[in-house]
Amino acid sequence: MMSWLRGSGFWPMLRKEFIQMRRDRLTIAMMVGLPAVQLALFGYAIRTEVRHLPTIVMDESRSTASRALVDALRNTGNFDIVATVQDRSAIRAMIEKGDARAALVVPPDFDEDIKRGRQPQAQVIVDAADPLASTAAINAAALAGRMGANARGGVDIRIRPWYNPALKSSHYIVPGLVGLLLSITLIVLTSMAIVRERERGTLEQLVVTPIDKTSLMLGKIVPFALVGYVQMTVILLLGKLLFGIPLEGSIALLYVLSAPFILGSLALGLFVSTIAQTQAQAMQLSFFFMLPNILLSGYMFPREAMPAPAQWIGMVLPLTYYLTILRGILLRGADFIRIWPETLALVVFTLAVLTLSVRRFSKTMG
Amino acid sequence: MSRSAALAIDARGLRKVFGSLVAVEGLTLGVSRGEVFGLLGPNGSGKTTTIRMFCGLLEPTAGTAIVAGYDVVRDGEAVRRSIGYMSQKYGLYDDLTVVENIRFYSTIYGLHGDAREQRIVELVHELDLDERVAQFAGTLSGGWKQRLALACAMAHRPPVLFLDEPTAGVDPASRRRFWEIIHGFASAGTTILVTTHYMDEAARCHRLAFMSRGHLIALGTPDEVTRQFGLANVEDVFIELQRRDEMKGASGGKVA
Repeated sequence: MMSWLRGSGFWPMLRKEFIQMRRDRLTIAMMVGLPAVQLALFGYAIRTEVRHLPTIVMDESRSTASRALVDALRNTGNFDIVATVQDRSAIRAMIEKGDARAALVVPPDFDEDIKRGRQPQAQVIVDAADPLASTAAINAAALAGRMGANARGGVDIRIRPWYNPALKSSHYIVPGLVGLLLSITLIVLTSMAIVRERERGTLEQLVVTPIDKTSLMLGKIVPFALVGYVQMTVILLLGKLLFGIPLEGSIALLYVLSAPFILGSLALGLFVSTIAQTQAQAMQLSFFFMLPNILLSGYMFPREAMPAPAQWIGMVLPLTYYLTILRGILLRGADFIRIWPETLALVVFTLAVLTLSVRRFSKTMG
Repeated sequence: MSRSAALAIDARGLRKVFGSLVAVEGLTLGVSRGEVFGLLGPNGSGKTTTIRMFCGLLEPTAGTAIVAGYDVVRDGEAVRRSIGYMSQKYGLYDDLTVVENIRFYSTIYGLHGDAREQRIVELVHELDLDERVAQFAGTLSGGWKQRLALACAMAHRPPVLFLDEPTAGVDPASRRRFWEIIHGFASAGTTILVTTHYMDEAARCHRLAFMSRGHLIALGTPDEVTRQFGLANVEDVFIELQRRDEMKGASGGKVA
């Protein structure tokens, strides 16, 4: 293996690729600029949406304890109390009209429960049509429940997310961004780099040299794996520094398990390059792959809520599995045992696409 | 040693078919060592297909071709080590400098360390590229690009060099200098097969082959060919052949 690497055209190819990459603004822009812009966009959205959520209060207890809970909720800064109502139909009417997006319902026996030493209950209703906003609201309400009201063991806040029962956490966006940007960047950059060689005639020139096809392909795509890892690191660092995303699990495990996803994306780029004749076509085709990734992988919308055919398509998208790995490790601190099925799916996908792409690529080289 | 011992390129009954199109038919051709051999013919006559078969870029449908002593089908890698190829597109990396381009191709051809650096100095000097070494290939004019492409193709001192329309879009002074360099290589023993549309260039070849509709229709020194057709010069021969070609095309007849 080592002697093959030394004698082959792999190293000169690799070296050349790095020189070109350093001079290519698009690579730098996609590697560092894209994550920064995307994070800023999503981060801004996350932050503004959860502040000052118009909220209705329905206090059936009318006690000191219930007023303390309402104050605690208001003090989180996430909820603006816009109305106090007497019955549930008023809540529904206001939320449906859009005048309010959350409601706090304190039952009549709230005060009684505290006095008898039982854990008191209260209900927070959230318009979960916007999962980002509602998740933050729920977190804030839970916090208020723990800190507000002088009950031992805190208040048992029962959350009722309306309109979107399969609720996803806002923190899901940033880890998801790692997977989404990795696949966009790698497919676009790899396919364009190869198509550029074909357009300029350098690919044909290389084919008449003694370089073997494996060295040629590996030397061409391996540098982009490094681009992928740099980009991933940028997103995780910015996500941690700017938005405090949790990094619960083993980062080393995440980097190892990212390898099949990165390799799979490079293989897809190689595949695109065998179809596209020009760089513009390569760009368009790459984005054709992006749309199902964004919509059906669970990056933006929960897959559980999708109709069956959409879920089936999602099942053949590598991003679907990689998102589970990302969120599993970053948010839940999952170890390998819990995410090996997704890892296996990724490896199988990568091997399949790699085989297909390499075969097609070899054919196009004559 | 076989028939190929004396010949740098030895093609017998070479045929290439793309679907229903016969691109090259029954091509038999021998090119001696150190010869500058011109392959002429109108667009679509099969010149480029022929060169691409010699380089191992296309597999012949039938027939054999021995290049630098190796069979292009069975021993493709040995052929690729023994040839230099310069295409119409030049195959240069625009975002690499002159010296980076030469170094890259040299390394791909297996040169390393001091031997490589020495060879680079040599090529830069031979092709008058001294003042341009640090310039990006993308900013070079046509004539300089052509010379750089030649340097890259000659990096490993191949015994056989293929040039596919090397001087398209290059000014006359650069073309003249290019041909001086080519003849320099030839007198040092390199065999050169070149396609061109410029008849003044054709006249500078040792021997010429005319192709039409995939067939070889005339072969000989420039003098022989002009005499054979009873015409004044190579250009007239070319125009006459092209006229016959078009007449056959118009009457729907086949090339005999």
